[in-house]
Amino acid sequence: MTTSLFEIIDKSIDVEEVRQKVTDRNAGAITVFIGTVREMTKGKKTLHLEYQAYPSMAIKMFEQICKEIQERWPEAKLAITHRVGHLKISDIAVVIAVSSPHRKMAYEANEYAIDRIKQIVPIWKKEYWEDGTEWIGDQLENVPYPKGNPSMGEEESCD
Amino acid sequence: MINILLFAHLQEMIGESKLCLDLADHTVGQIKEWMETQYSQVNLQHVMTAVNEEFATDATVVKKGDTIAFIPPISGG
Repeated sequence: MTTSLFEIIDKSIDVEEVRQKVTDRNAGAITVFIGTVREMTKGKKTLHLEYQAYPSMAIKMFEQICKEIQERWPEAKLAITHRVGHLKISDIAVVIAVSSPHRKMAYEANEYAIDRIKQIVPIWKKEYWEDGTEWIGDQLENVPYPKGNPSMGEEESCD
Repeated sequence: MINILLFAHLQEMIGESKLCLDLADHTVGQIKEWMETQYSQVNLQHVMTAVNEEFATDATVVKKGDTIAFIPPISGG
């Protein structure tokens, strides 16, 4: 059994396993976000998806997100697993679990994590439609770090 | 030599996931220009770059043995 808080895997994600990683005796709340494969996007029908990652850097970026969350919500605990490879409609692509003493922090930190994943974590999805395929890129309008540069301050333990 | 990693549509266009090139001591910007000249179908304008797994700018100098990754617009989650 792995104890790593951040993982890229090529098989089904066990949601409960991710949740258990953030279990804490001082937690009063755990939020679990589950990102799934959607069939219809703006009237276009997805048949299936393929996710690709730059795994070693993706894990580093998960750790960066963890660091940012600890700066904002020091009591929050985070675990993320993202799947790569071939995914069918309704398959789980990503699971984010956050525990915290109170629920507001768990909701906020969880939303922050998915927003940042879409900005800085090197993972790509390829849509397979009935009439073709395309690698999707969502972050054209964004820069990897809002302030222009990574805030690589004091290293905190995120593993 | 430097290692260049390619992902998503760049990987498909170039037909390789990794290149090993004699471009040490060039900047990211120079390497992007070299790539665009070499592979005319490739446009690296909206592509971010990482050097040794850290985001880099066009001014970053790539040293011998470094790994540079071109990061097309991402779509995880």
